[in-house]
Amino acid sequence: MAKLIRRGAEAEIYLSEWMGRKVIVKKRVKKRYRIKEIDEELRKHRTKKEGMLMTSARKAGVAVPIIYDVDLAGMKITMQYVEGNSLKECLDEMDAGEQKNVCGKIGESIAALHRNGIIHGDITTSNLILCGENVHFIDFGLGEISREEEKQGVDLHLLMEAFKAAHDNRELFGWVMESYRKNYEMAGIIEKKLDEICGRGRYVVRG
Amino acid sequence: MICLGIEGTAHTIGIGVVRDSPFGILSNVSSMYRPDSGGIHPRDAANHHASVFVNVLNESIENAGIKFEDIDLIGFSIGPGLGPCLRTAATAARSLSLYLKKPLVGVNHCIAHLEIGRVVTDAHDPVLLYVSGGNTQVIAFLNGRYRVFGETLDIGIGNCLDKFGRGMGIPFPAGPEIEKMAEKGSRYVPLPYSVKGMDVSFSGILTAAEVLSKKERTEDVCFSMQETCFSMLTEVAERAMAHTGKDEILLGGGVAANKRLQDMVREMAEEREASFYCPPRNLLVDNGAMIAWTALLMSKSGVKMSVDETSVRQNFRTDEVEITWRN
Repeated sequence: MAKLIRRGAEAEIYLSEWMGRKVIVKKRVKKRYRIKEIDEELRKHRTKKEGMLMTSARKAGVAVPIIYDVDLAGMKITMQYVEGNSLKECLDEMDAGEQKNVCGKIGESIAALHRNGIIHGDITTSNLILCGENVHFIDFGLGEISREEEKQGVDLHLLMEAFKAAHDNRELFGWVMESYRKNYEMAGIIEKKLDEICGRGRYVVRG
Repeated sequence: MICLGIEGTAHTIGIGVVRDSPFGILSNVSSMYRPDSGGIHPRDAANHHASVFVNVLNESIENAGIKFEDIDLIGFSIGPGLGPCLRTAATAARSLSLYLKKPLVGVNHCIAHLEIGRVVTDAHDPVLLYVSGGNTQVIAFLNGRYRVFGETLDIGIGNCLDKFGRGMGIPFPAGPEIEKMAEKGSRYVPLPYSVKGMDVSFSGILTAAEVLSKKERTEDVCFSMQETCFSMLTEVAERAMAHTGKDEILLGGGVAANKRLQDMVREMAEEREASFYCPPRNLLVDNGAMIAWTALLMSKSGVKMSVDETSVRQNFRTDEVEITWRN
């Protein structure tokens, strides 16, 4: 029996069962405000892309839910249910040692994504699930395949902003970058790009 | 308190008179610069503002039924906008302030769009979809500031429509004419759809539409352009609502006068059981009353500016303003 557990801006998230397994079904819902031609094309394209990106991420060694099924007619992705809490909920309750450990894993995973030409597109603490020892990356709906330095920089910038907005510990991002540097030979160049992005008026957030 | 507000960030010089309690817009007079050909030339627009300023001012005072002595405060648009236009409005505002010996407050133009919407509709804590020629932003209040959750990465939506229109021989501003043409279009011709997180980009759509307009019916291209651009705007507005957990959406800016955009955003709001708010057209477009009202909010919450602090700020960011009048 599928049970609705979350309603996002573009998708409904169901907890369901598939071949005897507990699964998550992400269904991109129809938007009445846009014409059918745009709506169907978008939902189909994004569903397909997300399934592909998650499979590639897994091949790159990043912890992501296993994709069981991509249904382009129903605009649905069926994936492994990862038991755990989002980092948004549990990061502030950890001690500094645990936080450092988790941030190290995040940095390592982002390095693996970027090394393999995968841009996540929305790395926030709501999209990182802590499951045992692993940090799972979810919601690749805004991701893409690209090796552009700019895009990799923006990917990191998003996480930096997310840490700033929602978490007290100011060292978190530094710990992520420490491990990103260790695991990605291009890290120096991307960091320069990140500095450049931070300096742009568009992204300046004060206070 | 009675405040005289001067708007002059781009094509429009507007002067409005607003009273705070009970709230009332006593007058709201504007004059819009319309180029003979092409787009807005900043210097010509500024010349226009300077040449009509006294007439607009006198008409606004007369319509409000007040005398110059009744004014308690002067507000003006300090930024963001086109330098020459901003400086013309600011110079006029400073002169008036010194002459009448009344305090002067410089107002962020984007925030003024949001505040006038909040006061004339029932919206309390909305996400603002602000769509005009130069500006395209999704703004909401969080931790003491109006933060920009999404915006255009290149040109404003109005600018995109105007440039497309120019290629078709439609004079500035082209939006209303494109809206009429779009109503006669029905066949969707695919255009790039460019949403990146909560940001949007229009320059690619503009190029593609210009290419398509050489082989497709103009009405169909206008239709497709509106459908694509407005779907993108509605989508990022919805994302910002989901992200911030707010259940009110407010429209602002001249492009928000477009009925199709209003319908789409209203439909989105209905689907997620949120409230939709849209001020009347004269308060959607650039106007002096919104500046006056925001200056009143600022002044009453303790904001004071010396003449030295009233230099214009062409790149004034929405999130730079400390919001002293909201909790």
